[in-house]
Amino acid sequence: MDDTILEMRRITKTFPGVTALEDVTLAVRRGEIHAICGENGAGKSTLMKVLSGVHPSGSYDGEILFDGKPMQFRGIRDSEANGIVIIHQELALVPYLSIAENIFLGNERRGRSGLIDWNFANAEAAKLLASVGLHENPVTPVIQLGVGKQQLVEIAKALSKKVRLLILDEPTAALNDIDSAHLLDLLRALKEQGITCIMISHKLNEITAIADSTTVIRDGRAVETLDMKSDDVNQQRIIRGMVGRDLDSFYPDRESSPGDEVLRIEDWTVRHPVQDRMVVEGVGLSVRAGEVVGIAGLMGAGRTELAMSVFGRSYGRDIRGRLFVHGREVQARTVAEAIDNGIAYVTEDRKRYGLNLIDDVRRNVSAAALDRLSRLGWVNGNEEIKVAEASRQEMNIRTPSVMAVVGKLSGGNQQKVVLSKWLFTDPDVLILDEPTRGIDVGAKYEIYTIINRLVAAGKAVIVISSELPELLGMCDRIYTLAAGRITGEMPVAEATQESLMELMTKDKELVG
Amino acid sequence: MTSIKTPSTERPTPPDSTPTAALHSGTNDLRALVLNNLRQSGIYVALVVIVALFAVLTDGVLLSPGNITNIVLQYSYILVLAIGMVILIIGGHIDLSVGSVVALTGAVSAVLVIQQGHPWWIGVVAALVVGVAVGAWHGFWVAYAGIPAFIVTLAGMLLFRGLTLRVLDNISLSPFPSEYQQVAAGFLNGLLGGQGFDAFTLLIGAIAVAGYAVSGFRTRVARIRYQQPVESFPLFVARVVLVGAVLMYFAWQLAHARGLPIVLIILAVLVLVYGLLTRRTVFGRQVYAIGGNLSAAALSGVKVRTVNFWMFVNMGFLAAVAGVIYSSRSNGAQPAAGNMFELDAIAAAFIGGAAVTGGVGTVVGAMVGGLIMAVMSNGMQLMGIDQSTQSVVKGLVLLVAVAFDVYNKRRAGTAR
Repeated sequence: MDDTILEMRRITKTFPGVTALEDVTLAVRRGEIHAICGENGAGKSTLMKVLSGVHPSGSYDGEILFDGKPMQFRGIRDSEANGIVIIHQELALVPYLSIAENIFLGNERRGRSGLIDWNFANAEAAKLLASVGLHENPVTPVIQLGVGKQQLVEIAKALSKKVRLLILDEPTAALNDIDSAHLLDLLRALKEQGITCIMISHKLNEITAIADSTTVIRDGRAVETLDMKSDDVNQQRIIRGMVGRDLDSFYPDRESSPGDEVLRIEDWTVRHPVQDRMVVEGVGLSVRAGEVVGIAGLMGAGRTELAMSVFGRSYGRDIRGRLFVHGREVQARTVAEAIDNGIAYVTEDRKRYGLNLIDDVRRNVSAAALDRLSRLGWVNGNEEIKVAEASRQEMNIRTPSVMAVVGKLSGGNQQKVVLSKWLFTDPDVLILDEPTRGIDVGAKYEIYTIINRLVAAGKAVIVISSELPELLGMCDRIYTLAAGRITGEMPVAEATQESLMELMTKDKELVG
Repeated sequence: MTSIKTPSTERPTPPDSTPTAALHSGTNDLRALVLNNLRQSGIYVALVVIVALFAVLTDGVLLSPGNITNIVLQYSYILVLAIGMVILIIGGHIDLSVGSVVALTGAVSAVLVIQQGHPWWIGVVAALVVGVAVGAWHGFWVAYAGIPAFIVTLAGMLLFRGLTLRVLDNISLSPFPSEYQQVAAGFLNGLLGGQGFDAFTLLIGAIAVAGYAVSGFRTRVARIRYQQPVESFPLFVARVVLVGAVLMYFAWQLAHARGLPIVLIILAVLVLVYGLLTRRTVFGRQVYAIGGNLSAAALSGVKVRTVNFWMFVNMGFLAAVAGVIYSSRSNGAQPAAGNMFELDAIAAAFIGGAAVTGGVGTVVGAMVGGLIMAVMSNGMQLMGIDQSTQSVVKGLVLLVAVAFDVYNKRRAGTAR
């Protein structure tokens, strides 16, 4: 039983400016289900990319032993040839191709004529589908299947590649309860057939239900590997491993004196834009002037979706619920209306949603409030420069000039440009989505200082963050969000990383 | 993070002494100025090189008064189309239908004026109304139905060509009354007299130069007041003198031919208005924002659909202006009028520095791009080079121009 199929030894992987993995060692026994858990950005996905060859051999330090033999994967094809198959969180199926076509994509079986023998392929696909318990015709286009069934097609595809080590990245994140339970049953069945499985998951109840051992990753290091069969391992034990660190950044002090309520939402419900499921369900929260409110939640909990649906309905459909600004109910059906009502949303993905990277600092700063700089549709270019200059000095944006192209600035300075843009709309409430993602410690501290200045000036701030120490260091009050629902609310004085993590992973208990 | 230098804290002078500051402050670093504007200055250099090349190859005929007038008359409608086209391309769209719209608007005008005997201005107004309606049609499908502009305008290209044939009953109409012909073939000449040249044309040229100098100086003063970097005063003067010399040479040559073409006045007004529209208005800014990053623009409160819609209406309007000019110049309407005009207009925009991915481009750049195409065509025609070679050369120039653009962008490191 104590036969090791995979050993990753002393893996270190750095990206420019960041060490994503440091000296990580991971051992997986043959035939077990091995869970990997950790906070967002801890390095789980990077580790699996190293293993599957997405980060090719040579781009990292350390060695990989598979079946006792050292491996040097140059790409996914290499690792798949050895029976290591990864299924990403974002499914990689081609929607308009059939199930069988997807299963054999890139791995087509050619007949003697050199053409694909579709009768054979469809028959093979049918067998594979039976083995994963999916009763669908192999010629059905994948787009007609739900996410749960698509997940099964991915697994069938992996089986067609003679998989020996199956890696699943958050396999149940997008699934409903029944599909999740079905998937876990399937993983148990695969285990019976001798297929080893590595599963990245945030859902601790799933891990305790199915895993044989669990490795906890924290800040790019493998902290510990727990044997799930021993008695003292439970969800609390895993949480302690995930968060067990001191506040490693310094948070500037702030006098807290909240005033009147500025923003309140009641019974807020949002449906996924294409899939038939609720992303946010019955959420209510409020924030007062001079208050920083945190929203803690793991990936997929619906944090960004909640924020964007409030901000001019820029996410989702069938949005229901009531929105109050300064105690008065308002309708913010478009982004422009949201801005008019004093709401600003600073995106978590500044490059995709926050900035025009090919334009200069000046025009990015003015982009959301050009009407403040214009009369009868004519922009006062000189005033615009003055505004941008003022932002540059106030925010300490390090750029040679406000005419510099934003794409060339560092992440921290880009973030300051996005903040400047929203501050220029003169909002009453700012929703900051992962305001310090991907920026260095020095810039983080500056962002925290800016937040404190805003609060001192009477603004209301909502901070969405994956970093619990950040929430604990910055907020007055914290809500926890799990699976689109508020699972808790507490003043910061009562909150600890452990208590938050417990509420963040609180999901409806699964069958089995 | 540390690699980004803090700004050079060069503070010119206190605000109250701006007039003198305008004379003394500023950078002399010509190399930095040229490098910073390589993209833009690149096409000016290209235009100068091409003009010089063909001036030599044609023994100076290219720059003769009559030929310069010809170039203006021959390519004005492409330049008008290029104005609308570059705005669409900046916004991330394209319009393949403008050739057909030129034909349709010309045909409508011809039917009203030639066949039914209405006064000339009825034809012009009707053409503009039809153009705006066509633009609204495209705008509706792109902005509100969400169909890609490539498809919508490809359909429009067929649709409006078909309507042209129907309106004209598949025959050509000719001729227009002389007032209508004046639009493209008319000149302002002899208003102030002159010995063998037209003094009025020179006066207009001088006014243009003075306008350029004054507005340049005012911009400079304002920039210094807002403590922005400017070029040094001698450099500024050199630039004004250079541009002024080119403009006056151009006016001088026109004055020695037939005077100031009316179509040049139309074109100059359009370039001025649209230059300001793109650079100085909220609408113009929103076009750049949409083309640069659609999601970010939408999340900044830009009404993306409305802006997209008006971009197409504007293109329809300009296509109608080009249609009037073209029908006036060809003195009638033909079923095949305007064939392939869209490709010339698109090429002008891209040679002029517009980016395929949107968000980048200028009206002035598109004009220079259009002139590069015009001078090349005209020069090669003067040299008697056959149509096939002309086409090959123009194709290669377009390819090289866009390759240069892509290379530049990759080097700038704004990978998107």
